[in-house]
Amino acid sequence: MSSRERSSRERILGRVRRALADVPREEAPYERAVERDYLREHGTRTVAETVELLAENLADYRAVVHRCDEDGLPSVIAGLLRERGAASVAVPPGLEEAWLADTDVTRVPDRAEDTAAALDRVDSVVTACAVAVAETGTIVLDGSPDQGRRRITLVPDHHICVVRVPEQVVASVPQALERLDPLRPSTWISGPSATSDIELDRVEGVHGPRTLEVVLVDGAAASR
Amino acid sequence: MSGTFVGMPAFPEAAREAVRDTTLRGNLRHATHTIRAKRAKAVAEVEDWAELREAGKRIKDHTLRHLDRYLEQVEAAVTAAGGVVHWAADAEEANRIVTDLVKATGESEVVKVKSMATQEIGLNEALEAAGVRAYETDLAELIVQLGKDRPSHILVPAIHRNRGEIREIFTREMSEWGRPAPEGLTDTPAELAEAARLHLREKFLRAKVGVSGANFVVAETGTLVVVESEGNGRMCLTLPETLISVVGIEKIVPTWRDLEVFLQTLPRSSTAERMNPYTSTWTGTTDGDGPRVFHLVLLDNGRTDTLADEVGRQALRCIRCSACLNVCPVYERAGGHAYGSVYPGPIGAILSPQLRGTDSEIDASLPYASSLCGACYEVCPVAIDIPEVLVHLRERVVQGGPATRAGNRVVLRPAKGHAAERAAMRAAQWAFTRPGVLRAGQRMASRTRRFHPRTLPGPGRAWSAGRDLPRVPAEPFRDWWQRTRGGKDGAAE
Amino acid sequence: MRVALFLTCVNDTLYPDTGRAVVKLLTRLGVDVDFPAGQTCCGQAHYNTGYRHEAEPLARHFSDVFGEYDAIVTPSGSCGAMVRELYPRMGERARAEGRGDTLAATLAPVVPKTYELTEFLVDVLGVTDVGAYYPHTVTYHPTCHGLRSLGLGERPLTLLRAVKGLELVELPGAEECCGFGGTFAVKNSDVSLAMGTDKVRNAESTGAEVLCAADNSCLMHIGGTMTRLRTGMRPVHIAEILASTEEEPAA
Repeated sequence: MSSRERSSRERILGRVRRALADVPREEAPYERAVERDYLREHGTRTVAETVELLAENLADYRAVVHRCDEDGLPSVIAGLLRERGAASVAVPPGLEEAWLADTDVTRVPDRAEDTAAALDRVDSVVTACAVAVAETGTIVLDGSPDQGRRRITLVPDHHICVVRVPEQVVASVPQALERLDPLRPSTWISGPSATSDIELDRVEGVHGPRTLEVVLVDGAAASR
Repeated sequence: MSGTFVGMPAFPEAAREAVRDTTLRGNLRHATHTIRAKRAKAVAEVEDWAELREAGKRIKDHTLRHLDRYLEQVEAAVTAAGGVVHWAADAEEANRIVTDLVKATGESEVVKVKSMATQEIGLNEALEAAGVRAYETDLAELIVQLGKDRPSHILVPAIHRNRGEIREIFTREMSEWGRPAPEGLTDTPAELAEAARLHLREKFLRAKVGVSGANFVVAETGTLVVVESEGNGRMCLTLPETLISVVGIEKIVPTWRDLEVFLQTLPRSSTAERMNPYTSTWTGTTDGDGPRVFHLVLLDNGRTDTLADEVGRQALRCIRCSACLNVCPVYERAGGHAYGSVYPGPIGAILSPQLRGTDSEIDASLPYASSLCGACYEVCPVAIDIPEVLVHLRERVVQGGPATRAGNRVVLRPAKGHAAERAAMRAAQWAFTRPGVLRAGQRMASRTRRFHPRTLPGPGRAWSAGRDLPRVPAEPFRDWWQRTRGGKDGAAE
Repeated sequence: MRVALFLTCVNDTLYPDTGRAVVKLLTRLGVDVDFPAGQTCCGQAHYNTGYRHEAEPLARHFSDVFGEYDAIVTPSGSCGAMVRELYPRMGERARAEGRGDTLAATLAPVVPKTYELTEFLVDVLGVTDVGAYYPHTVTYHPTCHGLRSLGLGERPLTLLRAVKGLELVELPGAEECCGFGGTFAVKNSDVSLAMGTDKVRNAESTGAEVLCAADNSCLMHIGGTMTRLRTGMRPVHIAEILASTEEEPAA
């Protein structure tokens, strides 16, 4: 910070303090000033119903939803890549090996030294997620090893995201935030890239992946 | 049309032009009515909307009332997370900071995420003057930039353009800025979006510097949040090596948990979605993922002056959702340009005269750009009582009084041009505190009613230009009451 | 119960028929209503145009004139909202300006006793069928201050639905402002007229003969626009519809 900026810092803080001269010193602290009478989640649902709601809301915003069990996952992923005609797939470093066991599409590892332009030539990407929100149809990535860097789920035009149900599914936004570490970069994804910029009507498909496929994999029966 | 707002005429004159532009009226009507119905549906889905709204209001109020503490907390947390914090007292200082930071990277172009704060300070123009080209990457901003136009809406700056006009702008202008529009581009929204995707992709892939704003800054963690739809935000926030975020000091919320309120209310209020397609959060820099260098520029530019006004400070709660624009009958007819600011509509009418002061003709006219119908207050997700602030600012315009400008306490003089009105208001007050005087006036009006013209001269012409005057009755009610003892002597008379 | 009619300065001067209708209606319902002769204006036009200090003597005058009554009834949503919503705010502002609690204390008594007409009928008298007869097709425009400041909600519609012979038709875009807005109608007359024209076109599309509202200021603007556009529709205050009976039909 230059000395000019340092003086701006003092100037702004001074202005703020003068502006707030009317605020009593003994005013209620944050915990008491903010009443949280809103709900932690909307409605009461069984675990299965919450997963069902996630599937519905994902589909409502044009994500393509697939469901399978852990054993069926490799063939589902292989099928999606084949249908897409993908020649290459970006792979986060910590993705479970088994998930890609049934496909021979060229793997492109997520490496820091690769340029965005190189990533632009990759057709698809497969990742896990950190948490999924049923009420809003949202999947959240937090850059964990099975999700990779933010750019790999952005530049390729086709994203396959695996959600372990029911353990990764929460009902609501408040519950999702509780599970996330704010110090990790997070990306909340609700459907494919879209815009409302033409006549305030939603159109899918701008800069982010234009196809989002979400595989809800039932992990209850498996070892994990 | 020029790209700036300097020398704007007062609102009524600017609005007159817009009202007569039938294409504009049609475009705005179509867009605002589409989103109105959708917003109402998205809000009705959550039964605790009123509680979320109240919590959002309280979080913002609390933060504003202790803003000095939270600003220091933001600075400490962002610095600890590897970011560099800068403080800008006004637009000029913010522009200088950003320009210097860009120059220091050796780059001559930046990619930008849609940001109200950078529009407010005129950053693109400042960068251009320094030889740096700023590419707007939000679809609507791109339409505005390519069309050498001005934004007319907070969320959808090109709301005044319909698909046909957008097609024309893309076809004509894209080649000037980079990849031309595809041959045979039609006006279907999907094709227009595809054209923008192709045009901007090369810019994203080569960009070394990104510039953004932020929807929220979390004080306890130093986390910034950008809420968007298209993915252009993610491109700008993650692909460049250097990220510069210019953020108004009112964007702070105390805790990570507070996002649980706004991530529910913002998308439903703005694009009428349960959740917008993309939300990015980041805290300083992350090894190997995203920009290696992160600068946060904290912007005052009139915000502390606004904060000093006990009635007006609630405008700083605004989360820029634009629900108030979409529901406003005046905005729908006057369009965004008439407000002479990057902040149009009801929120602009209370924000611009506070951020910039009421000296200019346009700023002094903005508090009157409302019928006080209250639809804006009703939809506001942080319960800003816009009509209350409008009336408060009208008072400032006509009566003057204490205010804060650039951190200094000043006493404003009443604005010029209200002398006749002030005299009339005082005369009416005098008469209205003397029932006998009022009665004499009423009788005079009734007795002379045969001679009343059907149209009025002077300021009254504004009434009778489009509406007939009511006929003055033969006697005022109070005379009837007295004559008939409240109707007891012949009720039907 | 001592009930006072606060007619409003606009109605007193320009729309005495509305006042007579309120008296007739309330008398029919067994209410002995008084019209305090000292009444003038609530100060709304002053306040909303930015002349809060000029509005204060008017508010104090209002309080002097009406303070002793048990209920104050007004056939105007916006003047009712002025008393109920803005008088307390005037008191708060005076306090914030270091002028003490005097204004707030002076105005406080009249605030909870002031009722817009349809509120008084439904909430205080507890009637929804006032025994009216009005053989016309009517569409109802909820005026902004009645709708959003006072929260009149369904009350006017409930009263209208119970009127014999009345066919109520829904007004498209009913909750949109008509564009009157007090001095707004003059200061921003182009936008105001555009709003009024859309309101009238919507009203016309219903095929109704009558556009009804609970505020004559808005009706003055809408009605003036209707005659200028030669629609053939009439603006009528709700009090005049509710006062109308088979024996004594409204004009």
